[in-house]
Amino acid sequence: MYVAVKGGEAAIANAHRLLAKDRRGDPAVPELTAVQIAEQLTLAVDRVMAEGSLYDPELAAIAIRQARGDMIEAIFLVRAFRTTLPRFGTSRPVDTGSMALARRISATFKDLPGGQVLGPTFDYTHRLIEEDLSAEPPATADPLGPAPRVTDVLGGEGLVEPDGQHGTAGGGGEEEPGDLTREATVPPLSRAVRLQALARGDEGWLLGLAYSTQRGYGRNHPFVGEIRTGVVELELDIPELGFAVTLGAMTLTECQMVNQFHGSATEPAQFTRGYGLVFGRVERKAMSMALVDRALRADEFGEDRVAPAQDEEFVIAHSDNVQATGFVEHLKLPHYVDFQAELELVRKLRAAAERDAARRGDADRDRQEAAE
Amino acid sequence: MTAPPTRQSILRSLALAEPAELAAVLQRVAPEAPHTVVRGPETGLVMVRGRIGGGGAPFNAGEATVSRCVVRLASGEVGFGHVMGRDGTRARQVALLDALAQTPAHATAVAKAAVTLERDRLAREAGRAREVAATRVDFFTMVRGED
Repeated sequence: MYVAVKGGEAAIANAHRLLAKDRRGDPAVPELTAVQIAEQLTLAVDRVMAEGSLYDPELAAIAIRQARGDMIEAIFLVRAFRTTLPRFGTSRPVDTGSMALARRISATFKDLPGGQVLGPTFDYTHRLIEEDLSAEPPATADPLGPAPRVTDVLGGEGLVEPDGQHGTAGGGGEEEPGDLTREATVPPLSRAVRLQALARGDEGWLLGLAYSTQRGYGRNHPFVGEIRTGVVELELDIPELGFAVTLGAMTLTECQMVNQFHGSATEPAQFTRGYGLVFGRVERKAMSMALVDRALRADEFGEDRVAPAQDEEFVIAHSDNVQATGFVEHLKLPHYVDFQAELELVRKLRAAAERDAARRGDADRDRQEAAE
Repeated sequence: MTAPPTRQSILRSLALAEPAELAAVLQRVAPEAPHTVVRGPETGLVMVRGRIGGGGAPFNAGEATVSRCVVRLASGEVGFGHVMGRDGTRARQVALLDALAQTPAHATAVAKAAVTLERDRLAREAGRAREVAATRVDFFTMVRGED
């Protein structure tokens, strides 16, 4: 239990002033602008948007600057900001199949309709520090044709499961998915709510869990069916107008992970899928999300739930880094009354133990004397 | 010649335009159009929906900031503006142009501006698409000598 304390106003105000001074750094160095961060630290911005669960690059950049580059603090700022806004509505489902692609690769199918493009990736770089990052103008080539999702071109032989539907396979309804920002998450969760939680979940947490599935904690040999990053348009139905208006465009990363499934009494052997969809260019997160999504579907496929990544309560309840940091970091706040109570208890226990020891000592002496 | 843009496609072109382009269009078409603001500009959230597996059941992927505004011209036409982000000015500019597009005096000018915005946007995107296309990769499989 946390018991409130009072006081320290002057110290707190001074700490804030010192924080502001340290955040700014040497005044002789020009101050970073949010636009510079939004333009040049794009992957940091994307991570804050993804885990802040709010698409707004400019706002994420402002948060990163204010947080001195502490990503979880920046995510916290974004989450706090979103609670101040009303919700206007819910977009039409984005069509990732019609993405204007910045990157699209598959590790399972060499010759994809629409081709594979590496885009601006760190893959295949030598990971050598370069002190001078002067950019050459990029090469150009004739634009590619449309690139349907790999999973939409597959499935001819039914070797890969179809896209996830509500309830049983083939249900395919358009029912309202749950929304964890509006309702408490009580297990068992629907796959839709799990995906919402994973999409905003901590990248490091999901990466660790995804890695654990590859190291053998929960079987499922994964393949990257497809990773794509690109721009989609966001549309909202406006009742007054009677049609959907385009609100703007956003960058998303999608990952289709393909996993082995040996079949069951009712299902033939086929490949199953894990799905990842994240705001911005957050490929490691999208891959981790897809691996964890698949691991959490253990029950659907009658797989033994033996590993942490397959445990829905464990994975989802600990995936939110804002909640996690709040609970861990509150330990820094004064706990003097709690601790006093525990201290009293420890003293009582020790006193009792000493009394017992003394009594045992007397009894031993008595026995010894009697024996002599 | 392509069909004239619809109200929906004009709103799309305005929302996807660069902020400076949008301001320039309003400046060109009718900088001083007398109007009242009926609602906003205000910033809020829109829940972004994705689909499981890309094409399956919908799920909530996260939210986006959106600004909106409704204006009424002195002549009575009502315009709606919705844009991603927290810039209420852009929402008001879109709303004003949407209203102006419904007036006989400005309909043609707004439609023409929307066509130009669309053309410029496609040119920008084509430039990016050409850079991405140059990273196209053809992996080939080494044949193992075991036939």
